[in-house]
Amino acid sequence: MMLYDFLLRAALAGVGVALAAGPLGCFVLWRRLAYFGDATAHASILGVALALAMSLPIALGSLVAALTLGLGVVLLGRGEQNSDTSLGVISYSALALGLVTASLAGGNRIDLSAYLFGDILAVGQGDLVTILLGAVAVLALLAWRWEGLLLSTLNPDLAAASGISPRRESLILTLALALVVAVAIKVVGALLIGAMLILPAAAARSFARTPEAMAAIAAAIGALSAVAGLAASFWLDTPAGPSIVTASTVIYVISRLAPKGGTARG
Amino acid sequence: MAADGALAKPGQGTAPLIEAHGLAAGYPGGAGIHDVDFRITAGEIVTVIGPNGSGKSTLIKALIGVLRPGAGTIRRSPGLRIGYVPQTLEIGPALPMTVERFLSLPRGPGRAERAAALARVGAEGLEGRQMSRLSGGQFQRVLLARAILSRPQMLILDEPTKGLDQPGIAAFYRLLEQVRAETGCAVLLVSHDLHVVMGASDRVICMNGHVCCEGAPDAVADAPAYRALFGDAAAGALALYRHEHDHSHHHDHDHDHGHDHDHHGDGPAHDCGQNHGPARPVGGPSE
Repeated sequence: MMLYDFLLRAALAGVGVALAAGPLGCFVLWRRLAYFGDATAHASILGVALALAMSLPIALGSLVAALTLGLGVVLLGRGEQNSDTSLGVISYSALALGLVTASLAGGNRIDLSAYLFGDILAVGQGDLVTILLGAVAVLALLAWRWEGLLLSTLNPDLAAASGISPRRESLILTLALALVVAVAIKVVGALLIGAMLILPAAAARSFARTPEAMAAIAAAIGALSAVAGLAASFWLDTPAGPSIVTASTVIYVISRLAPKGGTARG
Repeated sequence: MAADGALAKPGQGTAPLIEAHGLAAGYPGGAGIHDVDFRITAGEIVTVIGPNGSGKSTLIKALIGVLRPGAGTIRRSPGLRIGYVPQTLEIGPALPMTVERFLSLPRGPGRAERAAALARVGAEGLEGRQMSRLSGGQFQRVLLARAILSRPQMLILDEPTKGLDQPGIAAFYRLLEQVRAETGCAVLLVSHDLHVVMGASDRVICMNGHVCCEGAPDAVADAPAYRALFGDAAAGALALYRHEHDHSHHHDHDHDHGHDHDHHGDGPAHDCGQNHGPARPVGGPSE
């Protein structure tokens, strides 16, 4: 029946995004890329506006915009850990430009709020396929490059001495980030994608002894948040995207209050 | 010990592991080097010293291939395996990392090999510990354990004794010498300490953008270029960490070292005669 279908699609979409965003979010924390992640997500709004104006697929527009920003920052700048200033300038400029572009191109016909705040309950059959394919692609990318990503996160020179190019790993992370942004924009919206990356990973830190455990726990916490947030949204009639993020926040707070084993921050 | 007897003396005449000619390199924010000739052969221990900004790390980065040289040539022997210990390795609180997991990066060796490497560097049983909770000395030993796991023909260590206290430094140098004796690998060591170098060094290279002087530790200590670089006050101040078996031979230098520090006060209070000389680590095995 209808009700069951759209809820199921929403849940699958949320869990799919969370499974990819959790492990990727660990790298965002480890490499201190929170601002970079936000900038990428904000840039995607510009991509969405352009895609709507030109009647192109939204996911394609947001992917291209996020990738352009990410690659531009990594290739032209000093790697993805650019200064707060330059990332801040780029991030908010892209967001504002996207809103202005949408207004100029479509007047009142284009409503970006679904992409700013997410519209998970409107996820259709095609959207779901796109989201799940994107999530699988991100997980495959991370699994394939895991050792290199981890080593270049620890120390770029150490990675280079082992025959791993830190720059290539940076580009791969950027690609993964752009993919997550492209698939998550429909689920939680550009403004809260950063939360999907950071909160589950931060909550997982308290329970993990190894990077792999942290990534797996982050994915699980993200998936749990997606389901719990959707359920809360259904029963309390609250917006779905923010409810999912709120669920993550609750889990994060609990993780910080939980008794520490031998793994607490040293 | 049998291994000592089998130790190949630094090979004059053997093919170099790495050889560089007319090397120039630099990167934004790093010190540049120019006209550097360098070679290291199997089993050799070479210490690079120089003031801050003299390009020691730049040389290392160029040699391991992290940095593309602006001029000159670098020849590595085919299939050269380098074990590298970087100058800084910060593992932030956000990243959980056990010693065991760190040792197996990337796609590393099995459990038994990891345990053996830890045992070799005197850090046995640390497998389950978090990297962020190790002491400075333990951390450096774990870095060294990871470096020797690839069975390197050459170890490159960029200021590995930074942050260690005097007994810690002595113990670490002693450990390096043991590893060299057991595996026959060459050791290239960068030291930020201008006055004290590892006594077992076969050669000391004194850098300041280029190679100022180079030679056996004793020769460098007496070289005019070394004195010019570090001031007349440093004359004779190049002290050597060494062990008992070659201690008496260099007694004068050891003595001078303590004396020197007394005079211009750039050494900590504990840096007096009895702490160097036979740089015996506290609780270390006796010979």
